[in-house]
Amino acid sequence: MTSPLQQKLKITGPVIVTANRLGDGAVIYRTRDGNWSTRLDEAAVVSTAPAATELLAAAVADDISAVGAYVAPVRIGADGRPEPGNLRESIRYAGPTVAPAIAIGF
Amino acid sequence: MYVYDELDRTLVIERVAEFRDQVGRRRSGELTEEEFKPLRLMNGVYLQLHAYMLRIAIPYGTLSSRQLRMLAHVGRRYDRNYGHFTTRQNIQFNWIKLESLPDAMADLASAGLHGMQTSGNCVRNITTDQWSGVAPDEIEDPRIWAELLRQHTTLHPEFSFLPRKFKIAVTAATHDRAAIKVHDIGLRLHRNGAGETGFEVLVGGGLGRTPFIAKSIRPFLPKRDVLSYVEAVLRVYNQFARRDNIYKARIKILVHDLGAEAFAREVETEWQHIKDGPLALDPAVVAEIAARFRYPDYARLGDNPPELIALRKADRRFDSWYGNAVAKHKMLGYAIVTLSLKPEGGPPGDATSDQMDAIADLADRYSFGEIRVGHEQNLVFPHVAQRDLGELWRALDTVGVATPNIGLVSDIIACPGLDYCSLANARAIPVAQELTRRFRDLDLARDLGRLHINISGCINACGHHHVGHIGILGVEKNGEEFYQITLGGRADERAELGALLGPAVPYGKVADVVEEVVAAYLELRERRSETFVETVKRLGVEPFKERVYATH
Repeated sequence: MTSPLQQKLKITGPVIVTANRLGDGAVIYRTRDGNWSTRLDEAAVVSTAPAATELLAAAVADDISAVGAYVAPVRIGADGRPEPGNLRESIRYAGPTVAPAIAIGF
Repeated sequence: MYVYDELDRTLVIERVAEFRDQVGRRRSGELTEEEFKPLRLMNGVYLQLHAYMLRIAIPYGTLSSRQLRMLAHVGRRYDRNYGHFTTRQNIQFNWIKLESLPDAMADLASAGLHGMQTSGNCVRNITTDQWSGVAPDEIEDPRIWAELLRQHTTLHPEFSFLPRKFKIAVTAATHDRAAIKVHDIGLRLHRNGAGETGFEVLVGGGLGRTPFIAKSIRPFLPKRDVLSYVEAVLRVYNQFARRDNIYKARIKILVHDLGAEAFAREVETEWQHIKDGPLALDPAVVAEIAARFRYPDYARLGDNPPELIALRKADRRFDSWYGNAVAKHKMLGYAIVTLSLKPEGGPPGDATSDQMDAIADLADRYSFGEIRVGHEQNLVFPHVAQRDLGELWRALDTVGVATPNIGLVSDIIACPGLDYCSLANARAIPVAQELTRRFRDLDLARDLGRLHINISGCINACGHHHVGHIGILGVEKNGEEFYQITLGGRADERAELGALLGPAVPYGKVADVVEEVVAAYLELRERRSETFVETVKRLGVEPFKERVYATH
C-alpha cells in the first residue's frame, strides 16, 4: 500500500485532514494547534498542496492518536465554517443516514 | 448442534489473551497501526467509517440459543444494541471500541464464538445450507464436511497468507441454498451412478469486480479425499495466483486465465503427491466429527395436525405466513421456519439485542435451542413441531420477525454500503428500505412470486448484486450516487450473472425503475407460474429496457 505521504496531492479547493481515533474509531479532524477534534469546525483548513502535505505529515506521524489519516475536501459554509465536501465525508461527519433497527422500534 | 471439544475451546481462549496483549501494545504505542492491522484483521476487527467493526463467524450458520444470547449481550454491553447478519453467515457489530474488544471477545469465547476466519487472506468462514440436517432434499448433513474443513484450515500456516481471501461453500441438497457456484470452491455432495456419495468440486466462482460462475473440475470426488483435494486446489492457487495486483489475485482470475482444464490438471498433479498421505480421511475421524453434531430428540408426530389445519382455515394472516415462511422438514410432524429480518422499512439483516434474546427464548421453547443463519440475511428455526406453529407465529409476530416476505420482492439482500463501510461508493440500506416501502403490499408480492433483489454499495459485491434476479450496484459519478441495474442473475444450482439493463440511474430514481421493471414483468410473463427470472431468461433484458428507458 502506498503511504498517503507518497501520494501526490491534487488540491482544487479547501481541504482538511481527517482520521479515526485509535481508542474508539470515532471520526476526528486535525486542528490548527496540532491536536485532534471530533468537531469539523475546529479543523485546520488549507488550500494548497504544500500546506496539505505538511498537515498530513504531522497527522500521520501521530500514529498513537489517530488511524488512517488522509486529506478530505470541505466546503466553506455561509458562516465561514467548513462543511463536509462530499457524501462520504458527510456520512462520516453526521453518521449513517439510516436509522438502525433499534431506532425504528423493532 | 455441534459440540466443541477442548482443543477448540483452548484455541479460542488463547486467542483472546493474545489479542488483549496486542491491543495493549497498540494503545501504548509499542505497535504501529501498520503492525497491528493484520493482527486485528485475523480476529475480524475492521476499522470502518465511524468506528471499529467486529465480525463474528457463525460456522455453517449454526447457532445455539446460548450463543445468540451472547451476541445479544455483546450488542448491549459493548455496541449500540443491535447487530447485522451478513451474506456470509457472520454477524457484525458496527460501533465497538478498540478498548472494549478484548472483553467482548472473552465474553464471546465463553460461548464458543470468535472472529477467526472472518477477515484477511485466509480461508474464510465455511458456509453451507441453512437447512442442513433437516432439509428433505439433502442426501446427508453437509456441516460435517464444513466442520472438517474448518478444523483443517483454521490457523493452517500454509493458508494463512494466501494471495487473497478464500471462500468455500458446501451443499448436499438438490436445491442450492448456499450459492456454491459463486464461491472460490463449491462442494456439492451427491450420489454417483454406483450409489456412492461424494463431491462435485467447482472452482473459481466469485462476484466482485470480475464476476465468474464456478467451473466444475471434478464431477465426483470420494469423501475420503476431500481434504487432500481442497489442499491441492489451495496449493495450486497459492503457487500460481498473482500477488502483484489485488484485483487479479482471486482464484477466479487464475482459473479463467489458465482455463478450467489446465487448472484441473495442475490440481491433479499436486493431488497425486498428497492424496494417500495423512490427509486421506479415516472414516473413524469423520464419524467422530459426525457424532459431535447432536440432533434433537424428535417426538413421533404426524404431518398436518388438526390444530394447524384449523388455524390455517381460521386465520388468513397465519395462513399467509405459513405459506411463505414454513418449509417441509425431513421429519414427519416438524417444519423449518424462516424468520424474516426484512421488516418494512428496516435495514436488511439487522436484529436488536432484545430481538436476539427473544428469538433465543423462542428457540429454546420451539426449536430445541437451535437457530440458523442464512446468506439471505434471515434466521431459521430448524426443528419446529407443526402443532406449535400457531403459538410460534404469534410470538414471532410480536418480536417483529414474522413478515411473510421470504423469497419475495421485499426480502432484499443488502450490504452495509456507504452508511457504514469504508470501501463503499454509494448507500445500499436506504435503497432497500425504500423498496420495502414501495412493495409493502404483500398480495402484490405474492403475485410477483419469487423475486430476489440484491444491492451492493460498491463493486466488491458483498450484497451479491450480480446474482440478484434484480441486481443493484451503487457507483459514484462526479460525487453523486448512481446505480447500475442488472436483471436475470441467480445464485442457485442454475447460477447466472445478471445482464445490465442500461445506463446507471440516480439514487432518487432507483425505486421507480425497479417498479417499472416489475410492472413490465407482470405484462410480459406468459403465465402466473413463470417467475421473474424465467421471464428475463426467455426474453432477455430488451423488453424491460424499452419500458424503463422510455419512461425515464
